[in-house]
Amino acid sequence: MLDQVIFYLFAAIAVVSAILTVTRRNVVHSAIFLITALLATAGIFLQLRAEFLFIVQIILYVGGIMVLFVFVIMLVNLDVAVRQLQFARQKWVALLISLALAAQVGLMFWSTGKMPGQGVPVLAAAPVDKLPLNSEAVAKSLFETYLLPFEIASVLLLVAMIGAVVMAKKRT
Amino acid sequence: MLPIGHYLFLGLALFIIGVIGVVTRRNVIVILMSIELILNAVNINLVAFSRLYGDVAGQVFALFIIADAAAEAAVGLGIIIAFFRNRETVLEDEMDLLKW
Amino acid sequence: MEFVKQYWAPLVCGLVIVGVLPLIVGYVVLVERKIMADMQARLGPMRVGPHGLLQPIADAVKLLIKEDIIPEDADKLVFWLAPVLSVAAALLAIAGLAIGPAFQIAKDVNIGILFVVGVSAMGIFGIVLGGWASNSHYSLIGALRSSAQLVSYETAAGMALVCGLLFAGTLNITSIVQAQYDQGIWFGLLAPVAFFVYLVASIAETNRAPFDLPEAESELVAGYMTEFSGFRWSLYFLAEYTNMIVVASVATTLFLGGWLRPFPKTTWLSFIDFLPPLLMISVGVYCLIRTPKQPARVQQLFMLAVAGLCFAVALVLAAPVLLPIIKPSLAAAVKPYYEGILGGFWFVFKVSAYIYFFMWLRFTLPRYRFDQLMRLGWHFLIPLSIINVLLIGIAMIAGQYFHLAGWSLLLTTIPASIIALIVALFILATEQKTEPQKASGAAPDSYA
Repeated sequence: MLDQVIFYLFAAIAVVSAILTVTRRNVVHSAIFLITALLATAGIFLQLRAEFLFIVQIILYVGGIMVLFVFVIMLVNLDVAVRQLQFARQKWVALLISLALAAQVGLMFWSTGKMPGQGVPVLAAAPVDKLPLNSEAVAKSLFETYLLPFEIASVLLLVAMIGAVVMAKKRT
Repeated sequence: MLPIGHYLFLGLALFIIGVIGVVTRRNVIVILMSIELILNAVNINLVAFSRLYGDVAGQVFALFIIADAAAEAAVGLGIIIAFFRNRETVLEDEMDLLKW
Repeated sequence: MEFVKQYWAPLVCGLVIVGVLPLIVGYVVLVERKIMADMQARLGPMRVGPHGLLQPIADAVKLLIKEDIIPEDADKLVFWLAPVLSVAAALLAIAGLAIGPAFQIAKDVNIGILFVVGVSAMGIFGIVLGGWASNSHYSLIGALRSSAQLVSYETAAGMALVCGLLFAGTLNITSIVQAQYDQGIWFGLLAPVAFFVYLVASIAETNRAPFDLPEAESELVAGYMTEFSGFRWSLYFLAEYTNMIVVASVATTLFLGGWLRPFPKTTWLSFIDFLPPLLMISVGVYCLIRTPKQPARVQQLFMLAVAGLCFAVALVLAAPVLLPIIKPSLAAAVKPYYEGILGGFWFVFKVSAYIYFFMWLRFTLPRYRFDQLMRLGWHFLIPLSIINVLLIGIAMIAGQYFHLAGWSLLLTTIPASIIALIVALFILATEQKTEPQKASGAAPDSYA
């Protein structure tokens, strides 16, 4: 019962914040609503008992990426941009196509649930008290099975760091 | 855990809102923020299936996606700052340097 | 509803935190003013109430009834939201802490310490958005400087915590303190460089002197807090002092042994258990001695009341230690209370010592200039903490190879710490100094 309340609460916050993110005129307001959408997603992770991912989402996404976004918004914030058109010229066609995509995928999810014996195998998830300790399980998997992707991800982050510094440096 | 369909529909909703943000808005920073929404929708799907099948690989994949999103946001924002210094604009249809 | 009955304890704890913590923070501010006065050879607040003890209440009432000024053209939503974000992050971080093995609001959190660190890192938004929403140049620059400082020192603090976690092997707070009990040594002694890095980084994390450039009165007119008056300013203040308590608690848990007494496992040092009640008794006796010297009758009664309070606390602290001696049959029943009460005392004592050290530094050292601050963070602390993690990891593997544990692990970790310190100082010393004439033009752009 508490599981369902938490899921619906965080799902509602996530969807409403996402809608507000893409529709606000003021970019800082968009950033704030993206922060709430990311926090709600972190809440969904916590409800799915993925505790390590919950805190990584908060530290990295909310505490790192969004701080970067807010800094850049403050650096490029133009007052004149607020009074211009917010939506591109192709907005109606784009909206139509996006809703068509949504209807297609949604119909696929709906029908696989209803057809007996086909589609996604519906298992029963493990009960909560039989779950292994989450941080230890993620760490074991990351450093044993997925060690090579882990090292490649660190090289990727190094490259991105160098690239961002070079791009944003002033040419004196 | 709720039935898997709930999480799939939540992921779909966030994905579609992100896609609408990417193709509809003019401000490049809002486009980048919508891309972050798309990545989060994918993460929700991955973690939901990881919980369903009891395999922690889904969470590890989501971790890599978060790391990749950080790298991409950093480089993308660096590009936006560099472009802004030259052209004083953050609107995507005014970034038409290659048009003749 | 049945889940309310199941979860009423955390709800009540949450309400208690939100209600009681502002009062505690108010008295921490009073203690800071008294310590400041003591270090400056004066008396501090003495007028409002006996020895100034009602000063926080007077300050709170003053701040609440002040006029709420919102700058023209300020973004009202963000202006309202910014202090709320700071306070919410700080108070949520308190929920993850543990004062004793049973005094935990969120019990058995798998990610204990990481939760506290991550949630308190969300307070950066309160600063950045507050500075932006004030629609004033000084506030914006102060906010950008402050958040740049916080982000820089967060990395160093995180790596220092990783060093301590290498010894603990788990993120769970109860398990970390249990690991310190099992190994019989505080991790701050095993990794002194990590403790030092965390100490310096936590001072920068909470915007305390000597790293308080963003909020000092002589710089940028109080930085991001300039345009916030009355209750909003008090929210920022509450967030800063709560952050101080959170950071001190994290350092105590990971480096100073949490709720364990010094030398927790050596039984021949058990007489240390008598030190807390003796301390309280001596404070009470001191108050009794000073009673006849008070000028007014009211103050004499007040001193007697304080002495009585000290004796009562000493009795509560002595009970779990004396009862098993007087009546050995009660030993098993008293043990959880022993851990809870004496553990609570030691935890509060260590946190208070850490915060006293913060205050001591504030009134002793001059302020760092912003570029010196960034240089210290990026060029010294981050290389030091990363090299330290590497070398302490090697030291631990060497310790496992030679079957060292507990106190004997010091044989490998102390050389590792010294080598890390030497390498980091070497890196700092051999840096190429940038040419001064080029730096004077580019410096404002690089650090905004």
